[in-house]
Amino acid sequence: MTTQLIGEPVERREDARLLTGRARFIDDIHLPEMLHAAVLRSPHAKARFTRIDASAALALPGVHAVITHEDLGSANAPMPLLNEDPGFIYPRTHQALAPGQVRFVGEAVALVVADSRYLAEDALDLIEVDYVPEPAAVDLAAAAQPGAPLVHDDTESNVACRTADNTGDIESAFAAADFVLREELRPERGAAQPMETRGVVARYDASLEQLTIWDTTQAPVSARGVIADKLGMAEAAVTVIAPDVGGGFGVKIYLVYPEEVLVPFAARMLDRPVKWIEDRREHFIGSNHERLMVHRIEVAATKDGRILGIKDHFLYDSGAYCPYGPINAQCAQAILPGPYKIPAVHSTYEAVYTNTPTVSPYRGAGQPHGNFVTETAMNHVACALGLDAAEIRRRNLVRPEDCPWDSGRIFQGNTPFIHRDSDYPAQLAKALDALDYEGVKRSQPAEREQGIFRGAGIAFFVEGTGISPYEGVEVRVEPTGHVHVTTGYPSQGQGHHTTLAQVVAETLAVAPEQVVVESGRSDRFAWGVGTFASRSAVVGGSAALGAAKAVRARALDLASDELEVAPEDLVLEDGAVHVKGAPQMAVTLGALAYAANPINTLTSGAEPGLRAADYYRSPDGAIASGVHGAVVVVDVATGMVEIETYVVVHDCGVMINPTIVEGQILGGTAQGIGGAFYEKLRFDDDGQPLVTTFMDYLIPTAMEIPSIEIHHMESRCSLNPLGVKGVGEGGAIPAAAAFAGAVEDALEPFGATVRAVPLDPPAILALIEGRAES
Amino acid sequence: MKPARFRYLRAASVNDALQALAENPDAQILAGGQSLIAMMNLRLVKPACLIDINRISNIGYIDEDGDGVAIGALARHNDVKHSPLIRERCPLLTEAYESIAHHTVRNRGTLGGNLCHADPSSETPAVMVATGATLMLQSLRGQREVGAEDFFLGTYETARRQDEMLTEIRLPGRRTDGWAFAEISNRHGDFAIAVIATTLRIEDGRCEAARVVASGVGEHAARLEPAEEALIGGPIDDARLDAAAAAAAGAVDPHSDSHADAAYRRDAIAALTRRTVRRAAARCD
Amino acid sequence: MERETISVTVNGRAYERAVEPRRLLSDFLREDLRLTGTHVGCEHGVCGSCTVMMDGVTARSCLTFAVMADGAEIETIEGLGSVEAMHPVQQAFWEKHGLQCGFCTPGMLMTAVELLKANPDPSVDDIRDAISGNLCRCTGYQTIVESIQYAAKLMREDGP
Repeated sequence: MTTQLIGEPVERREDARLLTGRARFIDDIHLPEMLHAAVLRSPHAKARFTRIDASAALALPGVHAVITHEDLGSANAPMPLLNEDPGFIYPRTHQALAPGQVRFVGEAVALVVADSRYLAEDALDLIEVDYVPEPAAVDLAAAAQPGAPLVHDDTESNVACRTADNTGDIESAFAAADFVLREELRPERGAAQPMETRGVVARYDASLEQLTIWDTTQAPVSARGVIADKLGMAEAAVTVIAPDVGGGFGVKIYLVYPEEVLVPFAARMLDRPVKWIEDRREHFIGSNHERLMVHRIEVAATKDGRILGIKDHFLYDSGAYCPYGPINAQCAQAILPGPYKIPAVHSTYEAVYTNTPTVSPYRGAGQPHGNFVTETAMNHVACALGLDAAEIRRRNLVRPEDCPWDSGRIFQGNTPFIHRDSDYPAQLAKALDALDYEGVKRSQPAEREQGIFRGAGIAFFVEGTGISPYEGVEVRVEPTGHVHVTTGYPSQGQGHHTTLAQVVAETLAVAPEQVVVESGRSDRFAWGVGTFASRSAVVGGSAALGAAKAVRARALDLASDELEVAPEDLVLEDGAVHVKGAPQMAVTLGALAYAANPINTLTSGAEPGLRAADYYRSPDGAIASGVHGAVVVVDVATGMVEIETYVVVHDCGVMINPTIVEGQILGGTAQGIGGAFYEKLRFDDDGQPLVTTFMDYLIPTAMEIPSIEIHHMESRCSLNPLGVKGVGEGGAIPAAAAFAGAVEDALEPFGATVRAVPLDPPAILALIEGRAES
Repeated sequence: MKPARFRYLRAASVNDALQALAENPDAQILAGGQSLIAMMNLRLVKPACLIDINRISNIGYIDEDGDGVAIGALARHNDVKHSPLIRERCPLLTEAYESIAHHTVRNRGTLGGNLCHADPSSETPAVMVATGATLMLQSLRGQREVGAEDFFLGTYETARRQDEMLTEIRLPGRRTDGWAFAEISNRHGDFAIAVIATTLRIEDGRCEAARVVASGVGEHAARLEPAEEALIGGPIDDARLDAAAAAAAGAVDPHSDSHADAAYRRDAIAALTRRTVRRAAARCD
Repeated sequence: MERETISVTVNGRAYERAVEPRRLLSDFLREDLRLTGTHVGCEHGVCGSCTVMMDGVTARSCLTFAVMADGAEIETIEGLGSVEAMHPVQQAFWEKHGLQCGFCTPGMLMTAVELLKANPDPSVDDIRDAISGNLCRCTGYQTIVESIQYAAKLMREDGP
């Protein structure tokens, strides 16, 4: 019997260590003779300096080095530009240490290495830098204007990139419209804030000229390339290991952060292991942000609610540098039409440099922004036309019979955004039913009489997942019968080791406990890209399936030789190849692996080993989709919101492990709720960050996140062999729009119109009183 | 985020602590440490010397004091929160604790330390002012009593002198007062955006005495006297509620910060005044 | 450098060490005793990752100087249960998917243990209130709440 494992809620193999304090996170690594580093960070949003006086710091007993840009030489060359954009005007990337000019509060200026982190921080207090502050560009809209202070002096404008993506005949669409909605929508600036900050530990072995780097990166193989290049070393001499990583959500992939060069540089220079663990305040200013965009959108509609066209011009706050390319803006732009048949969509973004920390993807990478814009605009068009928010969606959805439906948009990784394998109308019907949408609406008149303001909101999402370029997986059967699975992409809590084991164990008909998975080590698997964009199950999972199938075929071939039976008369079951109808004639996978040892195969001329590697790229990616719905009650005296019901209807294709899928949805939705109500980074006019602690950045607690009801709509994806669509980010995408709709619905008697998130109590009260307009 | 160096002194008795305070003018008292150590880790404060009072025995008491309650300097928040004596004699404080911090922080943090820290958005100072608590300050020079209204002077600023230690908090008996506490914070357990603590006395349907105390909207917890005046002298009806809410909003001059702007805080004070007065009136015997 | 000698019992084992007064209990446990199961997430007392048991009640080890723990009995995640013999709370988190990245988990487990000691049959609201001082960025808390409910059931069934 082959046991079905794909689709089963098997318990996670990662958990036993994590639950008993035996895991190894970056800060758990202790090496003999290890020193500790701290980073001196700019206190100014924009300033020049000529001199760094570290003499007092170096005089402190226990301080080993203060490294500045002058010490780095070629290691301080600008970081690579990771994504091109056709509209780039001024691509600018960061350097490990600021060479005489700083562009945001938090930019790395020097690295102190000392016997302990305590001493290193003492030393930071003693370093003097002769900063000359300059005017900073902080506000996004102002920074985009001509004459704004320039973030980069060698440019003529802070507009780094201006890119249009135009689909359809927009003039005709607007000419035919009965109604045009025009407004400005603004999702605010936030950050991923995993519970574990970033960290790097490096050890240089001078005798072997080998550098080993433990790094909280989401892309160890890619990071190895950049670090080796900066340090002038062969990739073969550099190993990057992502240990247990305490959440990533996008912020831990940046190729590379300054510390990923500085710490190995220091370890090599001092010939001592060096550890740097980012503290939480550093994480707020020294790691990347996400979210702020300002969209000026126009929507053309007929009076019966058909959307004819969308024009969107939006500003995207890139922060001080743009090494990722304006990837968030690209993603926001790609998903603007959502799941709707909109004949014409014209959009242009301007990515703008500001003197704030660099912006890079956080769970959803711009899609939460684009989704908020489209879904909120749908609500506003409905409201203006006197239509129900669900009805206007129903009238515009791509229907199963329309598919494949090419939206005309291009997603991250040059992937065309083509709808297929989903039933959006059925998702909507399920969500409305689960929400008791009609019931909420029916009760509203009587409740409002009593001063109870309850409302329901829904928001669709379509999510581009499974993007290029590729991942690879190797599957190797050991003579012990264990199956060794290696891959380059690491895990930050997603449970990859469990899901990969499920795919491989089912394909090879072994118990999942027999499968040993290793990931995130550049020395175990040489190729890979990284964990991001809901791509691991699609791309890595498919590669694992391919590799396991190749191993199975090889096992049957080997067994055919061994048992002298034709492969078609053999079957793989319970970890052994049997002759059909004669189960006593069998050879175990372990025995076949032994038989495939070079000692045996060299004479026969066959490929050695019971092993195979497969690489998968998904040229068309995949699209996950769903509907979120919320019922809220708003306290109109205080602006406090109570979430009564939250439902998620979700289609991520085949679920390899439903428990893990649900975990991803629940966690993503909680982050979406954070962005909808609580989380906002703010700066003063000089670019000083006002939110640098968990006392000010309000991550929701168990008291804020409601119980969430999940409904699966599992329709197989036709684009990859596993039939999966990706699930990592979907939860985080539509929450803001769903709540915006629910709050507007609750406050309908006040004519409230949501144009920005987060909706904190002051924002809600301002909606009621109309103060948001002023 | 590691604290700067400091000298560490461990007091074995109150007298020990007072002696150390007198001898070390740069010293600060370390009680529960739940605010102080966080600020030290952030290096927002770098006290040169800490006097740890956690080993002093017999100062964590919560005792009857006439018809009121006497609370020792080391009484932990959770002890106060769950004290039946306080629930009986100062239920306003018990109610306030529904909104104060989280369980683990309350295990260590002390009421006395919280009051001396005098965070402008802290809840307990409002309760102290609303109930007319008295704070006992001791130094080698002697002991003095300061009313809560005179204790809180500004942001992180109190009437406690450098060589003094807050040794006891005295809460008066409840008598027939009605009481209510309400706050707005973004998340449960956060420091407040706005707080109102209200006590009322109603006799023969007439409001005879009122304290409406705000926190989170100024440099320190303070009575909103115009709101109190609007309540006194008649029944707590809609007109008085409206007048008190409007007077409360007019009596505060709040700040804007990353949690809320001044306009919101003023609106919140009006709403909380209305709610606490209504609840307090309903609770009057 | 001024150092104080402290004696601390951790998970039943007595330790004596000289520490700087400013050394945080979290660093003392993690670096001096190499008990790295206790995690440090914010160092300003908000996230709860560093929660340990001190003299029978939970404490933020990042808001405690090691010198303050002189003479104290500390319990950390390492003392709760092993892979082979898990505490019911650990078992429940495993079965109910109460963790993803696992970073907040040790603090969450210590908090849950304290809750269940005081309240063997907590309601969902009791659980949510009890863990509201422990941030989790992965799970959205729902499976943690379910895990603690399930742990309560396991402990009631196992109980005397």
